Amino acid sequence: MVIWSRNPVHSAIYLVLSFLSVAALYVLLEAEFVAAVQVFVYAGGIMVLFLFVIMLVNLKAAIGPRVRIHATISGTIGLFVLGSILYVYDRGSAGPAAAGRSVLREGGNLQAVGTAIFQDYLLPFEIASVLLLVAMIGAIVLARQKI
Amino acid sequence: MPVPINHVLVFSLLLFAVGMIGVLTRRNAIIILMSIELMLNAANINFIAFSRQLNNLMGQVFGVFTIAVAAGEVAVGLAVVLALFRNHDTVNVDEIHIMKG
Repeated sequence: MVIWSRNPVHSAIYLVLSFLSVAALYVLLEAEFVAAVQVFVYAGGIMVLFLFVIMLVNLKAAIGPRVRIHATISGTIGLFVLGSILYVYDRGSAGPAAAGRSVLREGGNLQAVGTAIFQDYLLPFEIASVLLLVAMIGAIVLARQKI
Repeated sequence: MPVPINHVLVFSLLLFAVGMIGVLTRRNAIIILMSIELMLNAANINFIAFSRQLNNLMGQVFGVFTIAVAAGEVAVGLAVVLALFRNHDTVNVDEIHIMKG
């Protein structure tokens, strides 16, 4: 529905729905911390950003015709790739989940993930913060009045 | 009763396919960015699913990093869309051909 709605605002609302569903899936997969981050970052931050830009950009100009020969061709290509991946997937099968005591649950999921981030993955964490800073500066420079 | 990983993988595959079809068929730059978010989410689901399957915490850590990178990417992408709209009055990627190649 994200890609079928003609109105971008409807697409954005459906996108919130799919983000929340993915967060629920994370909870089912015993990743509560990632689920919380997903809700905060995606459903909170990114959606506000999207809606803000959709409001800024003229809606009349954004709504266009949906079906053209070009779109049909590329949609067919997409479905073909989906089918081929499904075919490859069908030939293999994963075993049962690893047995034994789950490291994901040790002292609660949040504590486990936090310990991993701040001990084993401290350098990538700092690099991610620098990346976010660079993205912020870049966005401000790009969105200034005079480019 | 844990979720079997096969079902999760099929779901993530479907989500990825929806995102890819969106990128290929829609010509609105904002919706293309949304579809890219869908594909990133599908990859993230795979990370989490295999983290559970292999009993390894690395997948969840990488999931958090992926979300951070996606947030930065959306910010820059929407800024680009905004600048394009200011200069060209359109968000249709077919009408934007200033880089003739």
